[in-house]
Amino acid sequence: MNVMMKTYRRKLDIRNGLVDLSHGAGGRAMGQLIEDIFHKAFDNEWLRAGNDQSAFVVPGGRMVMTTDGYVVSPLFFPGGNIGSLAVHGTINDIAMAGAKPLYLSASFIIEEGFPLADLNRIAETMGDASREAGVPVITGDTKVVERGKADGVFISTAGVGMVPDGLDLRSDAARPGDTVIISGSIGDHGVAVMSKRENLEFDTAIISDTAALHRLVASMVAVGGQHIRLMRDPTRGGIAATLNEIAHQSRLGFRIDEDAIPMKPEVAAACEFLGLDPLNVANEGKLVAVVAPEAAEAILAAMRADPLGREAAIIGAAVADEQCFVQMLTSFGGGRIVDWLSGEQLPRIC
Amino acid sequence: MKYIDEYRDGRLARDIARQIAAEARPGLTYHFMEFCGGHTHAISRYGLEDMLPGNVQMIHGPGCPVCVLPIGRIDAAIALALRPEITLCTYGDLMRVPGSNGSSLLKAKAAGADIRMVYSTLDALRIAEAEPHREVVFFAIGFETTTPPTALALKAAIARDLKNFSIFCNHVVTPAAIQTILESPDVRKLGTVKIDGFIGPAHVSTVIGTEPYEFFAEEFQKPVVVAGFEPLDVIQAILMLVRQVNDGRHEVENQYIRAVTQFGNEKAQAEVATYFELRDSFEWRGLGEVPYGALRLRPQYIRFDAETRFAMVTPAAKDNPACECGAILRGVKKPADCKLFGTLCTPDTPMGSCMVSSEGACAAHWTYGRFREKTRRMDAGRAVA
Repeated sequence: MNVMMKTYRRKLDIRNGLVDLSHGAGGRAMGQLIEDIFHKAFDNEWLRAGNDQSAFVVPGGRMVMTTDGYVVSPLFFPGGNIGSLAVHGTINDIAMAGAKPLYLSASFIIEEGFPLADLNRIAETMGDASREAGVPVITGDTKVVERGKADGVFISTAGVGMVPDGLDLRSDAARPGDTVIISGSIGDHGVAVMSKRENLEFDTAIISDTAALHRLVASMVAVGGQHIRLMRDPTRGGIAATLNEIAHQSRLGFRIDEDAIPMKPEVAAACEFLGLDPLNVANEGKLVAVVAPEAAEAILAAMRADPLGREAAIIGAAVADEQCFVQMLTSFGGGRIVDWLSGEQLPRIC
Repeated sequence: MKYIDEYRDGRLARDIARQIAAEARPGLTYHFMEFCGGHTHAISRYGLEDMLPGNVQMIHGPGCPVCVLPIGRIDAAIALALRPEITLCTYGDLMRVPGSNGSSLLKAKAAGADIRMVYSTLDALRIAEAEPHREVVFFAIGFETTTPPTALALKAAIARDLKNFSIFCNHVVTPAAIQTILESPDVRKLGTVKIDGFIGPAHVSTVIGTEPYEFFAEEFQKPVVVAGFEPLDVIQAILMLVRQVNDGRHEVENQYIRAVTQFGNEKAQAEVATYFELRDSFEWRGLGEVPYGALRLRPQYIRFDAETRFAMVTPAAKDNPACECGAILRGVKKPADCKLFGTLCTPDTPMGSCMVSSEGACAAHWTYGRFREKTRRMDAGRAVA
């Protein structure tokens, strides 16, 4: 008689344990780590099937695919952690094509000695973010590297989505006269992360704006998809980098109004004492849309009806400009250029 | 932000701008030098030039500590940092300043030098305490505003008996530089630079007061208005200067009464005087040798002086011959007069120091104001990441 002997497995000590090299070696320890942390957090039919890949059926049409790496420091910050950031960031890259995100992958590169409790917390946040967004993580990978060869944990993702029929957003599609809309206040993510940086710690009530924008995008597409020229999420480099990229790709300029740009007073104050320009500071739950002027009000109204677009505002317009300048009328009354950031974001010295 | 927004009120600014336009006499041209890079930055960032009448012109001065540091001092710091026992602590702005032959502290760091970016002298002290086997050198730079913190760091190092901490001293002083500008042939004899008055830096005067300016306001008959760094401060100072010129006055006026007094912060001055003394002369980029233009450690604290301790040499190093930083720092030329501006030299690939610091005249004009240059192509088109 064939008796299945169930082998005894010591429980993973999530509370006090550390990741060691065996967790990436392909043996039982790795299986246990994946099972007890990742599968539990992301639980879905694809992961339960236990294959090295996941199969899914898609309807015909245009698909988009994106990939993204996450190396944020510190890993935990007010309003989220690297896990929620990875889910939201990947979904947003898909959503900026006007697409409906369908599936994600996640690959973890973990440093030896990383606390299992932190890894579990990151995985759980990630699972929550993916369930909340309705976009499952259906395949993944785990690697462990020696101490000092990574910084805690790095996450690399991919995502796929479907573009609604007839929608074709392109980075060179902006035209002079188009309206520029931002979905809400700028700089929240960058300031939240910086407030927890070593040597820079300061108390602030600001939390990261990290959020998945695909539902906001869907409501915009529903009221005026054919009038949306393009969308971008202004992450690293802030709205300054985003507008400059669009200006160069569409070969035109932008004129924006400083007074119209939504910003929390706490963010403005933190940027002031850190010597940063909020236009250069990263966002993780905001989008910039360039839309046909005749549809701007309708799209803006649709945005404001969504919780993630409540503070949406028209901040300026595209203009013909051979030099592709992004210019801003300052609250003070004079004009200035809004440029790409040069080098790192460094506070002033005196 | 409550206390800051008040100084950026656009409505008030437009009122003052109207007053300047009304009071500036049509037949006269007014040339005012804002000495400090902080003012240059504010003028560019808020677009103040757009609000002034055509006959009121601002000349950017040399008050940017990163900009006036001669290349040789950067070369000396790089050579020091490359020594295996040294940990060089520096403010971030200095990392990208070009030294000779395309070198920089940033590149030295990539090549293995132990260079750490710090936000204050206290960070450097902490590193020295935490890593007693390293020789920790603080790259001290700045005007009167940043000297007292360096003095306090020395005081703390002495109190804690830190044997592995020293300072590469590049502290410079403001009044001597203004005097050098006023005595330069450009201003006095050749008349290539016309200066009708100065805006003095408020943060410097919170330390030294307004009194040090009284000598040359009298001697050179130039009005000085000490002003804060918010745009309303600057535009108000311009109005005060216009009025002085119109009245034929040459006084030291204090716009920044919320923090500046006649004699400044005497406690801070005393701390500085304890540890530092004037150098007979110090090279400023653009101005050349400035008599009594910088500070060094007093002989009794020489063990904290990195230049002596590590027998540092400051090599004679020449600027790129096409770079106009020197003339720009003297107010003789404007950034766009330089052939390199916006072509080879941009904040991403700076050739001269004025393009590095955000307070440099070239960086400020490039970053905020280059749309005013109609004649040249200034879009710096680049690949998008």
